[in-house]
Amino acid sequence: MIYLDNSATTKPHEDVLKTFLAVNEQYFANPASIHRAGVESNALLTKAREQLANILHTEEKNILFTSGGTESNNAAIFGLAKSSNFRGKHIITTEIEHPSILEAVKRLEEEGYEIDYLKVNKYGIISLEELKQKLRKDTIIVSIMHVNNEMGAIQPIKEAAQIIHKQCQAMFHVDAIQSFGKLPVLFEGDEGPDVISVSGHKIHGLKGSGLLAFRKKPQLKAFIVGGGQEFGLRSGTVPVPQAAALAKAARLAVENMPVHVQNYKKWSAELHHFFEQFDQEVYILSPKDGAPHILSFSVKGLKGEILINALQKRDIIVSTSSACSSKQTKTSHVVEALNIDSRYKNGVLRLSFGTNNTDEDIAAFKKQFSVVMKELKGEITQ
Amino acid sequence: MKNTIYLDHAATSPVAPEVIEVMARAMAEESGNASSIHTVGRRARKALDEARTSLAQKINAKSSEIIFTSGGTEADNMAIFGTAYARQHEGKHIITTQIEHHAVLHACEKLEKEGFTVTYLPVDRTGRVSADQVKAALREDTILVTIMYGNNEIGTIQPIAEIGEVLKNHITTFHTDAVQAFGLEKIDVEALHIDLLSVSAHKINGPKGIGFLYAKTGVKVSSLLHGGSQEKKRRAGTENVPAVVAFSKAADLVEEELQLRKEKYNNFKNILIEQFRVANIDFHINGHQTDVLAHVFNVTFPGTDVESFLINLDMAGVLVSSGSACTAGSIDPSHVLVAMFGQDAPELRSSIRFSFGLGLTDELVREAGKRTAEIVKRLTS
Ligand SMILES: Cc1ncc(COP(=O)(O)O)c(C=O)c1O
Ligand SMILES: Cc1ncc(COP(=O)(O)O)c(C=O)c1O
Repeated sequence: MIYLDNSATTKPHEDVLKTFLAVNEQYFANPASIHRAGVESNALLTKAREQLANILHTEEKNILFTSGGTESNNAAIFGLAKSSNFRGKHIITTEIEHPSILEAVKRLEEEGYEIDYLKVNKYGIISLEELKQKLRKDTIIVSIMHVNNEMGAIQPIKEAAQIIHKQCQAMFHVDAIQSFGKLPVLFEGDEGPDVISVSGHKIHGLKGSGLLAFRKKPQLKAFIVGGGQEFGLRSGTVPVPQAAALAKAARLAVENMPVHVQNYKKWSAELHHFFEQFDQEVYILSPKDGAPHILSFSVKGLKGEILINALQKRDIIVSTSSACSSKQTKTSHVVEALNIDSRYKNGVLRLSFGTNNTDEDIAAFKKQFSVVMKELKGEITQ
Repeated sequence: MKNTIYLDHAATSPVAPEVIEVMARAMAEESGNASSIHTVGRRARKALDEARTSLAQKINAKSSEIIFTSGGTEADNMAIFGTAYARQHEGKHIITTQIEHHAVLHACEKLEKEGFTVTYLPVDRTGRVSADQVKAALREDTILVTIMYGNNEIGTIQPIAEIGEVLKNHITTFHTDAVQAFGLEKIDVEALHIDLLSVSAHKINGPKGIGFLYAKTGVKVSSLLHGGSQEKKRRAGTENVPAVVAFSKAADLVEEELQLRKEKYNNFKNILIEQFRVANIDFHINGHQTDVLAHVFNVTFPGTDVESFLINLDMAGVLVSSGSACTAGSIDPSHVLVAMFGQDAPELRSSIRFSFGLGLTDELVREAGKRTAEIVKRLTS
């Protein structure tokens, strides 16, 4: 089986599993317990936090462990809004964010916050000019994803950060869930976002683990309250084995990034070239200079599911543009925002690479795709 | 150094070998995204559905009534915030007790700041509220009653059946935090008239970072986590299938041995009592005599001071706690003991919680009792 759906989720790396199992066995105690077993667990938790701080170019006290990307994004939006609403209630985000941002700001809108959505061009990129215009004195949060999960557009984060920080006091949040391990870490250098979200299962780590990392001291109201863990900012018994596994996954992702990214770029270029041969039959949504691991395309007049099933019969696993919306029949909000020719709207598929993929996988995909296209020709109506 | 004897299972418990085996296998084999429509996703979905059904059966619920969360705290927060926000147009009054876990208390306090009114029921010296107290506190605008099943510090079990009976004809939602009780008490949400119930896997030899909120069909709760349409749009976030599968396995194991474990833990209490008596030290047991969780044993040793006591116990390899792990970090006086005995009671300075679980034997507990008694003698002489 050839798995080309690594943006939906990845298989945990063997070493990550090993770390998880070892820590689970030896350090099961609650890190908040004051006896020696608790102290040992807590020391390990601190070590994981330090390692992640190093990888992310920030300090240990600026890392909060969460239950995953969705919680990180929710905690950022709700937590930042509630801690700075005395300054204003204006939030800027984009039309193509993940639902864990869009649904959160919608919720805030019901509570009286004002939301502005930046538009994107056909390559999925925002306009910095529009950002400049939309920023106000009372803007408290700007949230822009680094890499879009459905088609891989990369936003100009550094430039946006410069503009935001020059113009107002808003906190700049970036959903880095799809970019972490594929693009340079965002806190590198002087200018960048104030806070980023990362999720374990997208980087060959574990499901149910993620983090929210701040460049400087965290400024947010707790979103989940209780025992006061995570510096009082995220309550609930901290799963130390998952934290250690996340540190491991992050380290592997960053250390091996050059090798993997080189592969992804090669495959991406190869597939761009391949799809171009289909001329009008296939439209490529992903920009050539987009994220190297995501390639979205659409077959004219075809429903995505049909293509998925046909490829699956040949042991090739791809997906419609995103897993969480894959059961919805309506066109995804990202595809809508790209404003593409309507004949291409229903057949959007996403290929996404992971560290387990090989040159052979890509060759097999190309071969099977060609066969499937021939077979399905009859079904293409328009 | 002496061998360590872990007596802090109410803070968290080791993962059972059978559970970790199942989890590791799921991480390798059911690693797909359960919301993906392809075969890899469907395989994960199947494992998720099976686990959900099995867990639902444990409390006599339907599988559609189980919402997976990241643990007990999130389940409690979702129950409280979710009910408050979904029902605020019907009323803004909430009833709880003074001895809830902080995941409940702090959520209620946050709601107070937002304009809700919260009644914190006091408890008697055994840590119990009565159904009559609940009845007396009920108002027309009460939208939520949240009372824990069994307390994590003293083990006292609340009269949930009687409270359920009082509430069944009132519009209020009835939530109970069963994080400590699940796996030791047989819970039937139907018979007890419970609308919402929180459970956490790491207290029953499952993994940390997974729990569930049972939400009875038709009961209104808004989501805490917003995003994708997972968990029937009630809890967003990629489903943590391996943890859920492990959780279900852990629940199977504790259910199988529920009665056996209760007897075993009750016997552990007797062993400790015997050791304390033989050593002729002064002690008294906190919590209810009969309606009490078998694995929690809270004891006051008059004349000891909890901080030095804990340090000495730790050096002797007896790993216990002074209350809940989360508040333990600072050793603030336990809010539970304050509610039971008052602000200045000596119990606040001299109480220890022993809690039992996997891997303990009569011998180990006897040894722990012996070491504890020696320390008490030393500290109080
Ligand atoms: C860009 C982006 N943000 C957020 C999420 C949510 O992360 P998680 O599934 O860990 O909750 C995802 C993945 O589903 C994503 O691709
Ligand atoms: C009674 C009770 N409720 C809630 C919790 C919180 O559960 P978790 O640690 O899974 O967030 C705990 C344990 O810490 C508890 O004992």
